[in-house]
Amino acid sequence: MELFLQQTVNAFALGGTYALLALGLAVVFSIMGLINFAHGELMTIAGYVLMYCGLAGISFVFAVPLALLASTFAAVLMERIAFRPVRNSSGATMLVTSFAVAMILQVLFQNLISVRSQPVLLPEALSGSITIGGLVIGVNKLVAIISTVIMLIFLDRFLSKQKYGIAMRAAAEDFAVARLMGIRANTVIAGAFAISGLLAGVAAILWVSQRASVDPLMGFTPVLKAFIAAILGGLGSLRGAVAGGFLLGFIEIYLAAFLPPALQEFRDPIGLGIVVLVLLMRPNGLLPAASLKAEKV
Amino acid sequence: MVQPLIQVRSLDVRYGAVQAVDGINFEVEQGEIVALLGANGAGKSSTLNAIAGLVPTFGGEVHFDGQNITNLRPEMLPGLGMTLSPEGRRVFGTLSVAENLQMGAFGMKDAQEISAAWDRVYTLFPILAERRDQFAGTLSGGQQQMLAVGRALMSNPKMLLLDEPSLGLAPKIIEQIFELITTLNEQGVTILVVEQNVSMALEVANRAYVLANGQIATSGDAKELAASNNLQNAYLGGA
Repeated sequence: MELFLQQTVNAFALGGTYALLALGLAVVFSIMGLINFAHGELMTIAGYVLMYCGLAGISFVFAVPLALLASTFAAVLMERIAFRPVRNSSGATMLVTSFAVAMILQVLFQNLISVRSQPVLLPEALSGSITIGGLVIGVNKLVAIISTVIMLIFLDRFLSKQKYGIAMRAAAEDFAVARLMGIRANTVIAGAFAISGLLAGVAAILWVSQRASVDPLMGFTPVLKAFIAAILGGLGSLRGAVAGGFLLGFIEIYLAAFLPPALQEFRDPIGLGIVVLVLLMRPNGLLPAASLKAEKV
Repeated sequence: MVQPLIQVRSLDVRYGAVQAVDGINFEVEQGEIVALLGANGAGKSSTLNAIAGLVPTFGGEVHFDGQNITNLRPEMLPGLGMTLSPEGRRVFGTLSVAENLQMGAFGMKDAQEISAAWDRVYTLFPILAERRDQFAGTLSGGQQQMLAVGRALMSNPKMLLLDEPSLGLAPKIIEQIFELITTLNEQGVTILVVEQNVSMALEVANRAYVLANGQIATSGDAKELAASNNLQNAYLGGA
């Protein structure tokens, strides 16, 4: 029982990180129909900012907002430079563009920073643990769960109460009509990228705080997982992305913890098999987007 | 002489090799209701969409209120005083009624003007006030059409472009929609309406243009058009 609870905490921590990443992918996809595979490189950028801040002796308290600022800014810049010129192209063109952006950034990291994994200095407190009712919980896990909850509440408030948040929902449903209302396409799309960059930054800090290192390809695996999570939840649906992220986190952690040792080698195929089963039962994902048919841009 | 509020000169719209609108000229004077009629595929919606900047023009010019608005981005129009209520209503189904209306007033800054717009729309459509917290997707077709028009009115436009407002609605609701067009016109809104319901449109309009194959087949005073057989010729492709 104790092991189960322990693993549940782990699942929430990992699932939360996937959820934030999947949400970042979904925000952009719902607005402009782009699956941004360079999302992972936004994570890597935030990771490197943490690393350099550590080297420069900047306190972690300041390093975190700097890292978030960097990934947010990088996301907006990415849209401006790479995705705006292909905005009205087919989904395939935009997808390939995002692969190109990802690869260019990876090569830049490898050549300008290092091919190898670099250590990131983290505050001592993060590697500690606290005991709650007999459960020993790592501080980094707890921070991950709390950060995820805060981000989800923040995003929900923004999208339901703020004028620009409502405009983003309107644009996600029917971009052309949103423009007729006077909602500027450039503003909404830049806003979507800024949010996705912020979410990638938070996810990066949580990811790095479990590993204490950063490498040029760091973003690839988590974003691939987040992509699976977004599809599992229903591509383009924000609630779906969160649900898919948590479900994928739970599947991975529980399989790693409770699968018999003889089957551990097959953990990933079994996990993805479960994903396929869910999609066979719900082909549009757990919580599909309301308006998959609506025209983009 | 007073300039027309909107003036369309040699407008050309093409989708690849297909010529949807072929060099049409027309204008709408301040305070008029003008109907754009024609069979399916005659180019009516393409004309409205080109005016609103939703589809690019291939040639020609559109002037509104003394400004050249040809190929202007659609998000600029509400600020100039023109809104389009699109074909098929296209309300934001996952947003509440009130959020839909709030989006209609997106570009407005003046708090007093905004609150006047809310009053106006809720007075015109009490049902929208009643259902303000409901998702727009759950409204009936007629209510969605009212919401679409209400949303377009929130920016307090001088000119309203209505694309097939009666499409798919029950006869009783259609009557209400055309009454509404008259009411709005009396409130000073200039209206350009695209319609398939020819008899109703000619009843409320001052003038009409009839499109066939992307060209203006005939035009004139609405009452005279209703009485003449030019209209039938245009529809049957005889003109």
